[in-house]
Amino acid sequence: MNHKPVGTGPRGPYIRPMTGWWKRDPFFVRYMARELTAFAVLAYAVVLLVGVVRLSQGEAAWNGWLMALRSPWSLLLHIVLLVSFAVHAKSWFEIMPKTMPILVVGGQRVAEATITRVGWAATLLASAALFALAWWGQS
Amino acid sequence: MAETTRSIEIEVLRYRPEQEDAPVWQRYTVPFTDDMSVLQGLQQIKDDQDGSLSFRWSCRMAICGSCGMMVDGKPKLSCQTFLRDLLPGPVRIEALAHFPIERDLIVSVDKFVDKLEAIKPYLIPKEPRTLAQGEYLQTPAQLQQYEQFSSCINCMLCYAACPQYGLDDKFVGPGVLALLHRYNADSRDGGREQRMEVVNANEGVWSCTAVGYCSVVCPKHVDPAHAVNQNKVNSAKDYFLRFVAPKGGG
Repeated sequence: MNHKPVGTGPRGPYIRPMTGWWKRDPFFVRYMARELTAFAVLAYAVVLLVGVVRLSQGEAAWNGWLMALRSPWSLLLHIVLLVSFAVHAKSWFEIMPKTMPILVVGGQRVAEATITRVGWAATLLASAALFALAWWGQS
Repeated sequence: MAETTRSIEIEVLRYRPEQEDAPVWQRYTVPFTDDMSVLQGLQQIKDDQDGSLSFRWSCRMAICGSCGMMVDGKPKLSCQTFLRDLLPGPVRIEALAHFPIERDLIVSVDKFVDKLEAIKPYLIPKEPRTLAQGEYLQTPAQLQQYEQFSSCINCMLCYAACPQYGLDDKFVGPGVLALLHRYNADSRDGGREQRMEVVNANEGVWSCTAVGYCSVVCPKHVDPAHAVNQNKVNSAKDYFLRFVAPKGGG
């Protein structure tokens, strides 16, 4: 590595390599795990997209896709994806307070944990509503 | 029992550009008492064992921001880190990560200082006032919007915690962006538009991937990750709102 700039004096700042940086600190390892969960989101989007394509190809294709979803491998994949989604959601709700201006209610600063909990509450409500709607739509 | 003297091994990453091409570890045995910081351990080495060891320090009380270094792989102020907490050792001390090593524990700060200047870290008054008009008034709530971000001591520990800065030193980085926000969030300031150019650039807030370690290592609880990430929202607003309200359109 050529780290010594051309110069006359003894100066020659040394630049340390970044190879394997994410293994350097457990904090970075957890960060990389969080980033990896984004691929789970991508994978599930692909699964759903395939469903839409199969739907456009007629009833037989659609039923084939539904059957494929019931296979043990598919169930295993869905469990992995669900866990990844939970980690993904958790990490983003933890960051949410950092994306907002400082909130002051009644002269008191709203704690980061409160903002995170509000996020979770909204998610649970929305999920319950969607689940109820799907349930009601089926019957 | 602060007087009880024990000893601890301290390994320092040495780099003397006239002497070696790459840094090397050097081990010292340092006598210490319970009240001694890592900085005092280094001073013991320099005073009594090896005068060639180079490091920066000034205030010894976590306010000047000079003595940041990697202590056992974590960015720390060495004056605020105690040897008694690092037993049994050996303690490994290295120059702040992600910065070029100038000599031993001293890093080059040129790029950091350039960035600091570029964000105009001073109040640009919204409207000039004469002395007769009195001071610029501010409510406690307005103060609260920027106060924590004004606690930065430029120690650069957050840069040593930021892998994005380590991978690309063109990134403005957590500390300077937090200071930028300190002025933008000040109700007396009118320089927001000039500073948003720094925020919106590729090297601005969008180079941050929300690792969040900067806020963990900050010795002054500035929470740079908060400043950077809320400015992603501001930057996005800046981008989209120009279609709604073009500049000069009132």
